Amino acid sequence: MTHFLKRALADIRSNKILNLITIITISLSILVVSVFLLFFENAGRVIESWNQGGRAMIYLKEEFNVDMLAQLKTKINSLGDIDKMAYISKTKALDTLKKNTAFQTTFLKTLKDNPLPDALEIKIKSYKNFKTVQTLAQNIKAIDIVDDIEYGQSWLGKFLKIFNLFKITGYSMCGFFFLMALFITANTVRLAFYSRRLEVEIMRLVGATETFIKAPFYIEGIMQGFFGGVLGLGALLITYLMVSSEITQSLASYVHFDIRFLSVKIIMFIIFSSTFLGWFGCYLSLKQIFK
Amino acid sequence: MIRLFNVSKRFGGKLALKNISLDIEQGEFIFISGPSGAGKSTLLKILYLAENIFEGQVLIDGMNLSRISSSKLPVLRRRFGIVFQDFKLIPSRTAYENIALVLEAAGQKPGFIKKKVMQVLRSTGMEKKANALPLTLSGGEQQRVAVARAVVGDPSIILADEPTGSLDSASARAILDFLAEYHKKGVTILIASHDLHLMKNTIQGRIIEINDGRIIQKDILP
Repeated sequence: MTHFLKRALADIRSNKILNLITIITISLSILVVSVFLLFFENAGRVIESWNQGGRAMIYLKEEFNVDMLAQLKTKINSLGDIDKMAYISKTKALDTLKKNTAFQTTFLKTLKDNPLPDALEIKIKSYKNFKTVQTLAQNIKAIDIVDDIEYGQSWLGKFLKIFNLFKITGYSMCGFFFLMALFITANTVRLAFYSRRLEVEIMRLVGATETFIKAPFYIEGIMQGFFGGVLGLGALLITYLMVSSEITQSLASYVHFDIRFLSVKIIMFIIFSSTFLGWFGCYLSLKQIFK
Repeated sequence: MIRLFNVSKRFGGKLALKNISLDIEQGEFIFISGPSGAGKSTLLKILYLAENIFEGQVLIDGMNLSRISSSKLPVLRRRFGIVFQDFKLIPSRTAYENIALVLEAAGQKPGFIKKKVMQVLRSTGMEKKANALPLTLSGGEQQRVAVARAVVGDPSIILADEPTGSLDSASARAILDFLAEYHKKGVTILIASHDLHLMKNTIQGRIIEINDGRIIQKDILP
């Protein structure tokens, strides 16, 4: 192994520029992919925080009375995916409103009737999946006594449309950059191989196995992928440190939210993927050369 | 040990070897002579399978070269020590590294490699040039490194293609003397060369003369 590593390092030294270009290309690809992953991860948390952890309000029709409550709860529970459920009577709702809007109590005191409906506050288990929430909400709304259900659907729908658009763009860009990095890595290995053709020929004649000949190339590809990944993530971290506080401040008026850097799991995944990319580029190239 | 039955080799429409049949026993010193283009190098290349498409049969220790799998090929080649006319040294590696390559390819341990390589460098008188790159060495020195590389793996057969072709007579003599030492140890040696005079004055063994792809004469050297 030491022998292969030494040979790979010697080859990298003798083809510095080519290897540097490959590492930079991989790092740029990783940077683009990481930016999207950073966006997805944080956007997911934005959805979660805006959705208040899956909280939804079920507003009930005027004809509702407390005797119907037990049956209604059973019906809603039978739809599944409900974590918690609490009944908020119209009286309690008005009291809360009065407490929360103390300066307008005079206006509220002039009201002859309580205009607020009875309601049920529920917490949905799978609230991160908008489709699931939407289906559940539709099923709840279909119950006779339910007048309406509010779960932030208007803004969430719009946000998810943009989010999904970014997702498609993100996947396309990731795919494009992945292929570009793969192509560059494969070509670097091919060029390195051709520059060492005599060496390879001699190795074969003295009884070297294909594994012995290929191993340094694989190590070179793996190192390119690994360092490209680390460099790409490093660039992302620097950018993140520079702009994250500004973005958090801009969002502060809409939502209390801190942008976080990629989780350790995602960082490991990115480094593994870029290392794999280096290996795979090498594999494709050598497969073609040795066929 | 080495058996050739009706071996022919064609390059395009031209036959480079025509129905060569030959038996070589373990420990023989074979000198293949003939003019340039006679087919000497082609014959050696068939033996170490640098030319792997040919007609006829070649058996080495009972192994049929026409049927050898690609995974067995490195194992077969490790039985050979090959000396090339153009040396075929890796320019970016030192003399030591060029020789060590054979043992590294065979999966030997670093300690053993170091000991063995230094031993052959000493025996070829190249110990002081261990860290020199091939292009900084003279032709004779490069060929000595090439010979050291050929013997370092303790091969049972040494194939030398024009090993003295580009050397002065003193260097050529030194190379042949060195190979003769290995012959005494029981190694089979096949040398292809057009320099019949030098061979006759240096070695004892069998001479096989090839011309136009055919064996035209087999002699025992005195």
